[in-house]
This record gives sequence, structure tokens and C-alpha cells, in this order.
Amino acid sequence: MKQFVQDLAKTNHFQATHLLHILRGVQSRYHYIPEQAIEQIADLLSISRTHIIGVVEFYSFFHLTPRGQYELYISDSITDHMLGKQSLTGYLSEKLHVGVGEVRQDGLVSLDNTSCTGMCDQGPAGLVNGYALTRLDRPRIDRITDLINQQTPLDQWPREFFKVDDNVIKPGLLLSQPIIQGSALQATFKRGLKETLTEIDISGLRGRGGAGYNTGWKCHLCYEGPEEDAFCDVATQNLPQRYVICNADEGEPGTFKDRVLLNSYAHQVFEGMTLCAAIIGAEQGFLYLRGEYLHLYEKLKSILEERRLAGLLGKNILNEGFNFDIEICLGAGAYICGEESALIESLEGKMGIPRNRPPYPVTHGYLGKPTVVNNVETFMAAANIAINGGDGFASIGTEKSKGTKILSICGDCSRPGIYEYPFGTSIQSVLNDCGASDVLGVQIGGPSGTFISNEEFDRQLAYEDLATGGSFIVFNNSRNILDIVNNFTHFFAHESCGFCTPCRVGTSLLKKQLDKIIEGHGSAGDVIALEEICQLVKNHSHCGLGQTAANPVLTTLARYPELYQSRLKKISYEPGFNLDGALETARRLAKRSDAGAHLAQVDYMDVEGRAAQGAVAEEEDS
Amino acid sequence: MSKTITIDGSTIPFEDGQTIMEAATAASVYIPHLCHHPEYTPHGSCKLCTVKVNGRICSACTFPAIEGQDVLNNTKELTDDRQRITQMLFVEGNHLCPGCEKTGSCQLQAVAYHLNMLDNHFPLFYPKREVDASHPDVMIDHNRCIFCTLCVRASQEKDSKDVFAISGRGINKHLIVNAQSGLLKDTDLEATDHAAHICPTGAILIKRTGYQVPIGERIYDHEQIDQVSLAASGSRPIAALPPSLAVETEHHQHGE
Repeated sequence: MKQFVQDLAKTNHFQATHLLHILRGVQSRYHYIPEQAIEQIADLLSISRTHIIGVVEFYSFFHLTPRGQYELYISDSITDHMLGKQSLTGYLSEKLHVGVGEVRQDGLVSLDNTSCTGMCDQGPAGLVNGYALTRLDRPRIDRITDLINQQTPLDQWPREFFKVDDNVIKPGLLLSQPIIQGSALQATFKRGLKETLTEIDISGLRGRGGAGYNTGWKCHLCYEGPEEDAFCDVATQNLPQRYVICNADEGEPGTFKDRVLLNSYAHQVFEGMTLCAAIIGAEQGFLYLRGEYLHLYEKLKSILEERRLAGLLGKNILNEGFNFDIEICLGAGAYICGEESALIESLEGKMGIPRNRPPYPVTHGYLGKPTVVNNVETFMAAANIAINGGDGFASIGTEKSKGTKILSICGDCSRPGIYEYPFGTSIQSVLNDCGASDVLGVQIGGPSGTFISNEEFDRQLAYEDLATGGSFIVFNNSRNILDIVNNFTHFFAHESCGFCTPCRVGTSLLKKQLDKIIEGHGSAGDVIALEEICQLVKNHSHCGLGQTAANPVLTTLARYPELYQSRLKKISYEPGFNLDGALETARRLAKRSDAGAHLAQVDYMDVEGRAAQGAVAEEEDS
Repeated sequence: MSKTITIDGSTIPFEDGQTIMEAATAASVYIPHLCHHPEYTPHGSCKLCTVKVNGRICSACTFPAIEGQDVLNNTKELTDDRQRITQMLFVEGNHLCPGCEKTGSCQLQAVAYHLNMLDNHFPLFYPKREVDASHPDVMIDHNRCIFCTLCVRASQEKDSKDVFAISGRGINKHLIVNAQSGLLKDTDLEATDHAAHICPTGAILIKRTGYQVPIGERIYDHEQIDQVSLAASGSRPIAALPPSLAVETEHHQHGE
């Protein structure tokens, strides 16, 4: 192991910023991060062991205790659930003789849930040793069980298990006209860097990750620095280092368009990054790729190499005297790293905890230097604008939302996949295209977005109406809204980074309170209490994760208040836990099961004034 | 002309580079806080110092004071929310004040009193957490840790060590120490370190000093945290404190 870690650290130039690379290597080789490795890495990288332990415990794909030689994860997205994930996981667990969250006794296999793996159009999905598994079903699970029990190496598993389809169904402005390699850069240099930035300004392009910050402004701010910033250190500002980061940590459940863009339009994305670097004067760029997209890693690396050979990357690009290169960094299972400052922390080899702002990344980003962070699709659009100019782009869309938006559509529709629409398109026309019928509602923008009911389908895709980073999940009338909300609420509690009190504690409180209501233990006042927690989490959280974590409850509570009320018991107060259940251990120890060893959940007067004797049985029946 | 902001309608001067918290403290305006300490890099995590700046919610300890800001601090709405945030800190850990030797000198408890917190409001989490009593002079009771990172910062910034760190994610966050064994006794922490004395709650305690100051004579027994905090920051003389307590204020120098 010593030699392995030594070599790994050397390949990563003993840089602390490469800690995630190194830990990924160790986890992949040993299926956990052994104590000796931690000590050795701490020594080689000159960082503290607590820093390493912190990082290991922060990211879902790193472990301090051994996982199986086959690390299996099943995607826990609502869309996987809709495709039968729950019973499949049960089946898998039974076949492999390993519980969810456990390692089998022989150490061969471990099984666990993981947040959405971005295969919602071809689920139920999972990961084995980091590689995406799609279209899981019982026959496939039977086969996987055999392969694991026979200890067949992954490269000998049937290729179709790992097949990931693009499913581009409705291409638009960007997807229908892929650019010729190098053409966006040539156009940029021909027109001039400032002039190209002007075209991006004219285009009105806004960030495609969902927040919608103006892309041109970001470049201006990064290049010029803000006029007035109390925290800005002018000395640092004048240093030439600037960075370009492409945010491919596509973690919002239901979003998978960046996966397709990087699989089939990577040149255009890299070209967008390169021209952005030329404009702001950056020499180094990063593609932060979510760990779940490991299957794209080698391919993307070879595309970068191809571009270097073609003179589109590296030294003296297109003989313009411009140097720029791109490095790919893989995440390790943390939704929060999609938040740009958390992503930068992660790139620096740390836990993905969002920074305090101001200062903002445009002036104090990677290693404290001015940094532009954009979504994959934003860079792709920038390359298109560099070739075609800003006017054409600006002529599409609405007043405040220019151009097109690429959606990843999944859930209850006959044609899930990738669709590109001009901003301003109505939800109804999207639903018509994707073959959705009998629709109950649509989750737009993923769990952090908005749930809209079937009375709102005339609303539009636009930053000013329904903003989305791409997630578009359709639910038909057979679905239970509270199940959906429950899945989303648990997701946020799992993904909260834990930095600030309102989100760390609030998302767990929200989960408990919602569970209480859904499980039928809620009573008068519990919905009000739920709403109160929502407001606290929303208003006081440190970053976008917490600020949107209550959206699933808030957006459905506003639309279907009766749904929540109907789960409440008709009593004024219900204990937050199961009284009788709490006595179970005592009964077992005392070997008693008589009536006297049981406790009714409520045995006082209910709000209607009748004695609530036997209320437990009554309520449970209803 | 110095630059000014307004806090709850009062005009407050500030200097460039100051946060809202620093400007407020200098002007004897108390903004409740737990993870903030004037001598250390602001952290911005407890969110108790939440204020409204021109209508927008910000953390006073990290947000820069900028000319013309209209800051709301002491409003019913904010006080109510701060009370809820404090209750969150109480329920996520195991804070049993009557049995805690820090009672009366605990900032979490004092802030709770200041905000008129009378109950936990939320259901208790009852997490299972350990006590590390391995060190000869200092102990950690993880039940009372609120993840403010003051010990982490004190160890790094004042003691030039790196004894503490916060590990884990979300509700599973926990304090860890820098030793292969994971035990405090195997770190280079000494009882005279700033980090051993900075804990705002009873999570890090100096052994054999628990009841040297009797209950009834402790820091917050006769004075509210706002008064103590402002006095400690130099906005007001500490005269009101009995000499025996002067070393135990928020601002104290340990080991004296």
C-alpha cells in the first residue's frame, strides 16, 4: 500500500488541492481509506490528518471502514422509485445476502442508496465501483449477482449493463447545429476578445445552472474586478492568475442534460471554456465532473488530448500566443458541490462547504483568485454565440430570458430524454411533446425548484416564471404527492453540508416533522409547525441548498393544503413518537405481552370532547 | 466625515473593512452570536447574528458594513427566529443545563435566556455522543458541541497548533482531534492553550475546575450576555464583574 499511495501522490504532484483525486484512487483500490493511507497522505501532502478525515467523512463515496470489493449503490431519486427501485433493491439485497447500508460478511459486496445518479431517463439506475449501471431489472440483477459471486472483473461484465444513452429527442438552437472544432475560437480571435464579450453581452445569456446570473457580467467582473468591494485586496487582484471552471456537478435530482452535453458535445463545451479564458485572461481551467459520471472521465480526457494536438488547448493556442489548459476533477458524491463556492472548496481538496460571501468567486475564487464558474450548458451557448453573434440568440426567448433551455425530462411520460426549447415555451407544449398524459403535476427545477399542479400548465419556462437548471419531472395521477415530497425532503437532509444551524438542524427537523404527518402521527398544529420550520430553513440558511430545501413542502402545501390536513388525527396533540413501540424492549426483557404491558398512544379527551379510548385503533383504520 | 450605517434607526459609524458585527460592537450595540469571537476569523455558521440589511437577511459577523446600510437587529421577528435557531442547537445535542458544570458561564445558555427561550420547542434528537476524558487536564463532552469551530480556530490561529477539526456532513457533523488514536490525550493540546478555554458551551472543559466558582457567582448569573459581551469587547468597562470572574469572560485570557 505504501508504494501505491506514494505513486498516487506523486502523480498528483504532492498537491493538497488534489486530495480528492488521491482519495478516489485509494478508495477505488482498497474500497476504503485505511488509517495508514491517511497518515501517509498527510505526510506527503503536508496537511493534517484531520483535514483528510474531514474530507473522507464529508463525501458519500469515501469511507473510513471497508466497503465491499464490489461497491454497489442504487440511485434513490424519485424517478428511480417510480420505476420500481424499492422492490428491486429489496430483491437485490435478498439475492446478494447483503442489507442496504451494509457490507456482506465475506467483504465481497456492499450495498447502499445514493442520491440521484443522473440516469432518470434510463433507470432504475445504480453504480458499481463508481461506474453507472442503467435499466436495472430482475433478470439483470440475477446476472449481476452471479458476476459478483463469481468475482468477475468489471471489464468482463456485459457492456450493455453500462450502456448510457443520450436520448436527445428534441434538439433546438444548440443541439441541432454542433460546431466545427475550433470554429468558435477562430471566430473569437478574428472578431477580437472584447468584441466577443460584447456579443455575449448582446446575447443576454444567463447562467444555465438555474440561478440565472448574467454570463457577460460575470466575465466583466472577473476581468475588471468590482469597482467597490470592502473585502477586495487590490494587491491580489492585479495578479494575472484567473481561473475558468465548468460546473458539471449535475446533482439536482432529475437533471441529466450535462451528461449528454459532455458525452456528445464536449468539444463545444471545452471551446466555450477556452474562449471565456481568452476573454478574462485565464491560463487554467477545470471541469468539475460529478463522481457519478466517472464513465465519461476517460473519454473527456482523450478529447482534451485531441484538442491539445489540434492546437486548441495548451501552449500558444491557434498561434495567438494564448496559453490555456483544462484539468478534469471528479467529485465524490456531494450535491452541495454544485454550489459554486462549495465546488471551489472541493477543487481545492477540501470539504464542500459554501463560503461566506462577499467576496464572490469572480474576485476571490479558486485559491483566492478571480474565477468564473459556469454551467456546462452556459459554456456551450457561449461557443455558439462566439460563432453566430449575440443578436440571433437574443431574438429567441422572452424579454428577460434569452435563447433556449435544454431540459432533461423524465418521470411519467412516454419519451423521456433531452429536449431543447426557446425560453417562453409553455409547460403544456412540453408535456405534449414528451408524451405525458393524465398529469397530476410537474416538478420543475428539481427538488429545489417548484411543484406545479395541472392547473398551471400555461406557465412558461423562463427565469421570470419557472426557472430550471434542466430538471423536469412529470407525475401522473397515480402518484402520491406526499411520497414525492417525502423523498425530496429526505434528500435535502442527507445532502445538507451541516455548516449552518438552520440547514443542518432544520432539514432534519423538517424530515422528522414530515414523517410524523405522513405516518399518521400528526395532529392539529403539526402542519403549522411544519410550515414554521420551512420558513426558518428557507430564510436563515447559509446557501441555496438550505434556502430551497423547504420548497417541496412549501410549494405543495400552497397547492394541496387539504392533503396535509387529511393526514392529521382529530386530536389536539399526538406525541412525536410511538409510546407503545418505545416499550418494546421492556416487554421483551420482562417477557410480557399482556394488556398491562401496552400503552395507548392517546388516552385523554380529544378535541371533539369524546373520550379517546381506543382512538389508536380507530385512527389507524382510517 | 466617517462613513455610517443605521442599526434599528440609530446611526453608527464604521471604518472600511469592518463587518456589521464589528461596527455594532464598537458602538455598544449587541447582536447575539455564538460562533463569533472578536479575536478570530469570522465563521458565519451559527446564524444567531442574522440581521436584515436593506431588507435582506445576512450574517452580521461576516457581512461587510457598507455606507448607507439600513440594518434591522433588535426586532421581534429576528428575536423570534434567533430563539428558534437557539432551540435548534439545543435539540440537536444533549444540553442538560442543571447537570452541566458550565451552567451560569455557558454562552449557549446565556443567549437562550437573553432571547427568552423557555422550552425546546422542537423534538429532541437525543443523539448518542461520546465523552473523551483521556487527556489529563482537558475533557471533551461531545454532547454539548455546537460546531462553532472556535476551538478549531483558536488552536490554529492563536496556539499555532491544529488540535481540532469538524468532520462529517450534515446532522452527522462532529468534532475530531488530531491524533491517530482519535483521543485528546494523544494530541499536543495543553490546558494552557487558548483552544482549551474558548468553548462557548460545556463541550471542552478544564478538569478539576468545575465548581471553583460557585453557582450564583458565575458570569451570567447577575448580568445578561449582551452586557458581558459588550464589556468584554471593550465597549464598556468590566467593573460590574467581580474580579474572580474577570478571567472567564468571553474575551478572557486563559491560564492566568
